[in-house]
Amino acid sequence: MITFVIYKLIVCVVVFALSLGVAAYATLWERKFSALLQDRVGPDRAGPKGLLQPLADGGKMFFKEEIIPNVSNRILFILGPCIFMITAVMTSAVIPWCKDVSIAGKVYSMQITDINIGVLYLFGVVSIGVYGIMIGGWASNNKYALLGAIRASSQMISYEIAMGISVIALIITAGGTLSLREIVEQQDAGFANIVWQPLGFIIFFVCALAETNRAPFDLPECEAELVGGYHTEYSSMKLGLFLFAEYINMFISSAVMSAFYFGGYNFPWSHELYDALGLHDGSKWIAIIGFGAFFTKIVIFISVFMWIRWTLPRFRYDQLMNLGWKILLPLSLLNLAITVGVEFLRGNIHL
Amino acid sequence: MLGYTITQWLFGVLSFLAIMFALMVVFSRNPVNSVLYLVMTFFCIAGHYLLMNAQFLAIVHIVVYAGAIMVLFLFVIMLMNLNEDTEPQRTQITKIIAGVAGGLLLFVLVGSLKGTEQLQLQSYGASQIGLVKNLGKVLFSEFLFPFEIASILLLAALVGSIMIGKKDIK
Repeated sequence: MITFVIYKLIVCVVVFALSLGVAAYATLWERKFSALLQDRVGPDRAGPKGLLQPLADGGKMFFKEEIIPNVSNRILFILGPCIFMITAVMTSAVIPWCKDVSIAGKVYSMQITDINIGVLYLFGVVSIGVYGIMIGGWASNNKYALLGAIRASSQMISYEIAMGISVIALIITAGGTLSLREIVEQQDAGFANIVWQPLGFIIFFVCALAETNRAPFDLPECEAELVGGYHTEYSSMKLGLFLFAEYINMFISSAVMSAFYFGGYNFPWSHELYDALGLHDGSKWIAIIGFGAFFTKIVIFISVFMWIRWTLPRFRYDQLMNLGWKILLPLSLLNLAITVGVEFLRGNIHL
Repeated sequence: MLGYTITQWLFGVLSFLAIMFALMVVFSRNPVNSVLYLVMTFFCIAGHYLLMNAQFLAIVHIVVYAGAIMVLFLFVIMLMNLNEDTEPQRTQITKIIAGVAGGLLLFVLVGSLKGTEQLQLQSYGASQIGLVKNLGKVLFSEFLFPFEIASILLLAALVGSIMIGKKDIK
């Protein structure tokens, strides 16, 4: 019992640290990447090649003066960024990071928890994240902040629907399981789900962009119209939490996409490689190589997110809603119908 | 601990919190706070579902009620910007009448509950019914007809709300 608690505690702390670390370095990577695309140098002053820039940014955020508007609801004003940050970190609980490791005859799974409703848990936590933005935007007592909050939440609710339906199609392909570990393991035996779900993946990807409020869907913080959007009135680390949580969301949605559609910690010819290296199930090296593969996929996805942000201009709000309701939703329903048909022909669905 | 199991402790704490938040919904002056307390109440109820091993219901309860419906509630209340200044002032007599009416309703409810017998819960296969697989199987075989009727009702409500929302009905 005590070993179990300690081991789970270690996994929790490691995953938490990993989310924060990746998010911190994603901010640096974002700036370096935009510099690359715009033919600039980017931040290079703090530390070698600017590698300490995230620390400098974080320190700056902490030491800035904190302003809470006089007329706002103080408790809710503080609660907003907290909820947004907590829900962003909570989503990492169901993601399987690598294969089970057996140490001294005991099997340890490298996942905080493998609940059999993992996919629904993800949706539940994401849907709670909206409250962070809404409460923060409303408590600011500022028209721009309120408009930004309303844009953010209506956008997130609208795109959640198409996302949910594309995930239902994925679950049918994955053999009807809602556990993320089983979805990943099922791709170990056969092909990655992207082979069966190309349209579903595109829908999921676009929705993930909208859910994380990334460009070209970053209308909630559209500076040309709304100053800073829902975080207009925020300063110091509260602003930092809002900005930082966006990067954590990006990290987690990249991880979810690689787990759902690209096999997570599996990669092509992995069994051949493990056999050639003489590794057996439960070896720590399999876990490390698998984690490396998973992490590579995540980094590629994060880079694609950034690539899109620095390439595409922002949507107009009515275009955003049209895309969500009139294009993505019917497409996802079509994808669901096709998936059911294909799976029936493959003999995976019995009447 | 004090002769109770952990489940009983959790049940007690969750029930206390649920009732407390439900009361706060009614008593708080600010409508936005009321909505947020209602969300907390939903979380406590989701906890109760988890205690009954109904994971699917618990998470759907959070996704649908706390995640979607209450966000829309919050939306409307934030846009209407209700606060104590815009709250209509009620006279003393309406308050007394409301108190008497509410008391009578409580009386009727308590009276009707007093006569009921304790319901014996019928358990389906060692309380695994709440898991997605079992729930889906029962829902799509034994209770298929009520399920379809409920979905038609929802569809009708959906169409109706769009009809009302439309500005120019031709």
